[in-house]
This record gives sequence, structure tokens and C-alpha cells, in this order.
Amino acid sequence: MQIMRQLEIIVGILFVLTTISAGLIWLERRLLALWQDRYGPNRVGSFGLLQVLADMVKILAKEDWTPPFADKPVFILAPAIIMISAFMSFAVVPFAPGISIINMDIGVLFFLAMSSLGVYSVVLAGWASDSKYSLLGGMRAAAQMVSYEVFMGLSLMGVVILAGSFNINEIVGAQRNLWFIIPQFPGFVIFFIAGIAETHRLPFDLPESENELVAGYHTEYSGMKFGMFFVGEYLGITLISALIATLFFGGWLGPVLPPVVWFFLKTFVFICLFILFRASYPRPRYDQVMFLAWKIMLPLALLNLVVTGAIVLIKTG
Amino acid sequence: MKVEVKKEKLSSLVLNLNLSLNLNFNLILEVGMLSLIKGAWAVLLHMFSPRVTIQYPEKKPYVPPRWRGRIILSRDPDGEERCVACYLCAVACPVDCIALQAAEDEHGRRYPGFFRINFSRCIFCGFCEEACPTYAIQLTTDYEMSEYKRTSLVYEKEDLLISGTGKYPGHNFYRVAGLAIGGKDKGEAENEEQPVDVKSLLP
Repeated sequence: MQIMRQLEIIVGILFVLTTISAGLIWLERRLLALWQDRYGPNRVGSFGLLQVLADMVKILAKEDWTPPFADKPVFILAPAIIMISAFMSFAVVPFAPGISIINMDIGVLFFLAMSSLGVYSVVLAGWASDSKYSLLGGMRAAAQMVSYEVFMGLSLMGVVILAGSFNINEIVGAQRNLWFIIPQFPGFVIFFIAGIAETHRLPFDLPESENELVAGYHTEYSGMKFGMFFVGEYLGITLISALIATLFFGGWLGPVLPPVVWFFLKTFVFICLFILFRASYPRPRYDQVMFLAWKIMLPLALLNLVVTGAIVLIKTG
Repeated sequence: MKVEVKKEKLSSLVLNLNLSLNLNFNLILEVGMLSLIKGAWAVLLHMFSPRVTIQYPEKKPYVPPRWRGRIILSRDPDGEERCVACYLCAVACPVDCIALQAAEDEHGRRYPGFFRINFSRCIFCGFCEEACPTYAIQLTTDYEMSEYKRTSLVYEKEDLLISGTGKYPGHNFYRVAGLAIGGKDKGEAENEEQPVDVKSLLP
């Protein structure tokens, strides 16, 4: 019985996530259009909602081409890694009390580990494609994601100190009186920026900057392999948004509405914020990205950690 | 001695680093961060501004009257064809999409025996309209000419001819030209004087 319940949750979460990541394609195009005074896809079905279906049919029907010069096993493995690592991260996200796959004591660390694995996907894709643009994209991805990983973890440590636990469920529970956005505002900003860089979304989309690297690390990909990178990217957005909502905005905590609704509502706001950033910001130069990471964000994250630690120490006396 | 030089270099290096760091740091915090938030806010406010897209098939965009669209052949106010088959349009056409054959009726009026425009080649440059001495060939505001077959884009004379005068309502070429045709002799055109008898000595 317990196992059946677990399986139900796993299948349900997988289904919901796949639907969300497909629906995000439509949402992103519509929102970008809204902010750029256009309409976006509005012809297929009501509000263009069936565009998602049309896109999926299109990408599944496309030729799945592996270039002859590519390193075949790695080339095929790379898009799978990003999807798997994104799906795995969701295992520790509590959607509502009782609706989560594993209640892990090291939930935050597990998420960080999985997002580090995501780097492999991009780097291996760039390497296995054996094309200069892909390689450049992969190199940038390696440097960018490794740099931002460093303070991504550090920015969460303030939350961990305040909650006294790595368990995400307990972190949500610790926010019953006060959301961590208030004591941990710098941590939130740093985590958000790192999250954008981790999912290589604009303005930090240097690994795939289309106006200089064609499409960066997935230049040589087509068909559903390319689609998997896309789904992986949208899963990443959902994951980062879900984690921001859980770690800083009280997760499923909220009055009146059921917890799942609160969770998805909060997540949705941050997904929209991701898209808003894409609509508004230009891409920084590569050295500026590195400058921001190592000279500003890392010291800030460390400072945040030290100050938070000191305050907690003083309080507990 | 050596150590001192090194120290100086080191301190200047540190100073430079500090300066550049401070400068960039301030730049990003004061100019960067604030303007980033302002920028995102400005984009967000675009949610409430009207969309510029015109939903085409349901709503037609404004087309100026001088638009260079589908080509037509017009008639003069009397209902006769204006075209005198002078071939100037065919000569002016940069893509050679106009083909015609001159013919002459019993009154001595020239007209095109056939007149064919291949719209799959036409680039709608309007040179034919500029070249036309009789205002016969004209470009219109119609741009919805899609077809399922290429051959459907070849327009014959009966497809091109319209019953009206187009852009020049009162113009009748044979009324203003000095050419004699059946029913209008020399000197009978508008603002034309009778021909001078060059063989007579009297004024």
C-alpha cells in the first residue's frame, strides 16, 4: 500500500512536471509577446494553447540527426543527463505536506549535487558535437556554471543556519512564523542570480548566445534530442522557481487555499519573473559574467553567511 | 633595494586593483542594479500598453492609395481599352514578366492582341506604370494574390482588364493625341489646331 502510494506520487509528479515544462513553451512565448506588445501564438486552439501540441508533434516528427563527426555515445547521453538531473532534483521538493518523493535529511545538498550534474550535460554536448561553436558554448557553460555553483550553495547556507536543518521539509516548517525572504534577502537575491546562471537563461545565456555561437552547445542537435535540452531548460526554470518558493517564500505555507495551490502559485510567480528577465535584459559580456560571480556575488554570499551565523550565535547566546 | 621595488610594485598593484574593484562595484550597484530594476519595471508595464500587431485576416491593415499591388489594365471614359500596345511596359520591366502582341482594329486604333503578366515573376516595381504613355497599365492596392498553382499566377488580358478608368478618371489618350483614327481626324483632338496646309503660300 505504501509502495503504491509512493508510485502514484512519483508518476503524478513526473506527469505534472512534463506538462508544466511543455506548457512553459507556450507561456514563455505568450508572456514575451505580451511584454513586447505582440500577441504570440494565439491561433491554434483557444489562446493558442494547442500550440504546445503542435510544437510537440513537430519536434517529434523531425529528423533525429546525429552528425557523422560527433562522438556518438556521448552525443546521445548529453541531453539525457540534463533531463535526468532536473527530474532527480524534484525528488526532494515538497509540493505539499505528504506530497514529495523523498523526505531527505540532506535535501538541499542533494539538490546542489544534482544541479552540479547538470553541468555535465552542457559540457559533454559541447564536447561531443565536435564543432567549434558547440565547443565554445560548452567551455563557457563549464566556466559559468562552475563559478555560479560556488555561491549558489553558499547563498543557501544562511537559510540552513536559520532553519537548523538541510531537510527541505523542515526548512518550510521553520518559516511558519516568518518567511526567510525577510531575514535572508541578500541570500535570496544571490540564489536567484545563481539560479538564472545555472539554468543558463537570459541574461546569462552565454553558453548558447545565438548571435555569436549559432546556438552554442546544442548547435548540432536536432529533433527530440534538441527537444530534451529544451525540456531540461524549462524543468530547470521550474526547479529554481520551486526552490525559491520553498526556501525563501514559505513553500506550501499559506492561508485559505490548499497547500499545493500555494506552492504552484508561488512557483508560477518566479517562473514569470524568469521570463520577464528574458524580456528585459541584454546579455553581459563573458568577462563581466565572471567578474560578477567571483568579485561581487561570492564575497556577498560569504558576508551573508558570516553575518547570519554571527546573529544566530548571538541570539542563541 | 630590490625588495623595496617589489614592495612598491605590489602596493601599486593592490591600489590599482582596489580602485578598479571599487569603481566597478559602485558602477554595478549604483548604475547597474537600479537601472536593471527600472528596466524590468518598464518592460512589465508594457503589459498594459496596446499591442501593435494587426490580426491580419480578420483585420486588414491600412494600405496607402499609391501601394504597388496587383497590376490592372484600365479603360478610357468611353469604355475602350487604353492600351495602345506600344511595348514600353514590356521594355521597362526588369524581370520580363510582361508579354503582349500588338494588333489594330478597323478604326486604326492599336490594341494588344494578347496581354500576359506572369505574377510569379513580377516584383511590383511599378516601372511599367511609369513607362505607360496612355495610363493604361496601373498598379492597385490589392496584395492578396496567393494561389495553389504557379500557372494560376499567369494573368491573361481578360484577367487584367477592368471596366473602369483607374487612377485617371477623365483621361482619354486618343482625345488628346494628334493621331488620326476612325471617327476623329487630324485637328479634332482637344486643344489641337487644324493642321497647316504647308503647300499653300497664304498664312
